[in-house]
Amino acid sequence: MSGAYDLIVLGAGPAGVGAAVTARSHGLSVLVVDENETTGGQVYRATPQAFATRADAPANPDKKEGAGQRQSLLASGAAVAFRHSVWQVSPGYRVDAVGQGGPVHWSAPAVIAATGTTERVVPFPGWTLPGVIGLAAATILLKSQQMLPGRRPVIAGCGPLLAAVAVAVLDGGGKPAAVLDLSGPGDWLAALPALASRPDLALRGLGWVVRLKAAGVPVHFRTGIAAVRETADGLAVTPCRVDADRRPLPDGAGQDIETDCVAVGHGLTPGTEITRLLRARHRFDAALGGWVAEHDADFRTSLPGLYVAGDGAGISGAAAAHLQGQLAGLAVARDLGRLGADAHETAAAPVRKRLAAAQRFGRAMARLMALRPAHAASVAPDTVVCRCEDVTRGEIDEAVAAGARDVNQLKAWTRCGMGPCQGRMCGETAASLVAEAVGSRGAAGLWTGRAPLRPVPMDLLTGDFTYADIPLPKAAPL
Amino acid sequence: MSLRIGHTVDRPGAVTITVDGTPVSAHPGESVAAALFAAGRRRLRESPRAGAPRGMFCLMGACQECVVIVGGRRVPACQTPVSEGLAVTTGVPW
Repeated sequence: MSGAYDLIVLGAGPAGVGAAVTARSHGLSVLVVDENETTGGQVYRATPQAFATRADAPANPDKKEGAGQRQSLLASGAAVAFRHSVWQVSPGYRVDAVGQGGPVHWSAPAVIAATGTTERVVPFPGWTLPGVIGLAAATILLKSQQMLPGRRPVIAGCGPLLAAVAVAVLDGGGKPAAVLDLSGPGDWLAALPALASRPDLALRGLGWVVRLKAAGVPVHFRTGIAAVRETADGLAVTPCRVDADRRPLPDGAGQDIETDCVAVGHGLTPGTEITRLLRARHRFDAALGGWVAEHDADFRTSLPGLYVAGDGAGISGAAAAHLQGQLAGLAVARDLGRLGADAHETAAAPVRKRLAAAQRFGRAMARLMALRPAHAASVAPDTVVCRCEDVTRGEIDEAVAAGARDVNQLKAWTRCGMGPCQGRMCGETAASLVAEAVGSRGAAGLWTGRAPLRPVPMDLLTGDFTYADIPLPKAAPL
Repeated sequence: MSLRIGHTVDRPGAVTITVDGTPVSAHPGESVAAALFAAGRRRLRESPRAGAPRGMFCLMGACQECVVIVGGRRVPACQTPVSEGLAVTTGVPW
């Protein structure tokens, strides 16, 4: 299914759907590509199509919003390519992907990267053990697979996902052994003014807290994980109290907690692989979750025809992402000459206004989850930072001491970030450690984007192309 | 006790996949990663340098920790749906 479109949207989460539906409504031909089997991204991730939701299953506002967006995309007439992994985007633009049927490529003068986020996990001893999973992974198990991460999981990290996951475990019939929150009550209080901008979400969060208390789930504030180790029948977590900068307190270690699963997440960082690959300009903003592609108020990047939207443009939350997608869709319609300047302004103004309110809430949550340099600095020398290549903190320090001045030098010298995840898992910690030496995250830089964006089997790329298909020029006469 | 939540969805009848030759029961719609996790098979491979045990981690196709072999190809188990008779080999080195 190759072909040409006016616009290709990469990612079918709230931002991608907002972009595609808006662009379609102005007559553009649109293709939406996503790795999952349907829309929703991770936030509105649906149960598998093979599962039948029971009529008496508890209602949930996210499920409703996700279903509405799914419907709006299907009704929009946009072409969709689900279960396709994009591995290359070339200037112009050409998008290469692999799906069940093998390699495909499409072209369009405009691309919107709506690729969402990656979860950040700051390493601790034992974080690579089977049974230790991301907090976002736990939400996927619960929301999509309808599966508990454990009967008595430890839920650790920071941000609103902690309580959301803990309550979903209770709803599913499990009981969290403990919730360990790096934030203190004061951090949550500081977010109150922004929380007031979304009373529905604030009330939902409050409901979660009440629910956990009623169920007798221990919630420890200003507490992280010192270490996880395997036991005869599961895992044991050593909790550790931290200071306001999330630095472990010297005598902060607490009693071990026995558990069957650890779900841990230290916030979200924008997924910038597409914009990095195309060499758009980026800037670092800790409050937005890390490096983001520079963009204007209509989400145009520094490259003509390339747009960003959603958490990949800076962590702002699902509601803001959907509106950002709409603005990017409107900008594409205008830039392709399908929407006049006045009509564009008329359409964009109310969306911008709603976005300002939605971003307030999302960005307060992003600040709560932002990486504190002292947290990354607390990683022990023998702890693995780069999971793919088993590169330890000590090896990173050695490279920095030997003169590695940015993350790409670090990568070349140590292989940190060079493995199949392409630095998605270790990038934030590694960059924070380099930044300590060179002064700032801006100076430490960001991984250079490289294709393939996902590991792709060679035979899928070549398809039925064989040696005999290689065009050989006729030999010159002797 | 099962990790599958029973009161929210009706799953299609179970199919059998094999993992390193051993039969494992799973439901259509589940990913290989989730099915193995529910079956208590958490160790999926060893890290290339230290040989340390690894299992599924991000569940969204980003970390590549859950890579297994299906049909002669390395695939992330979290992005691979189960089907009757699917043969999965764990312990893939990178």
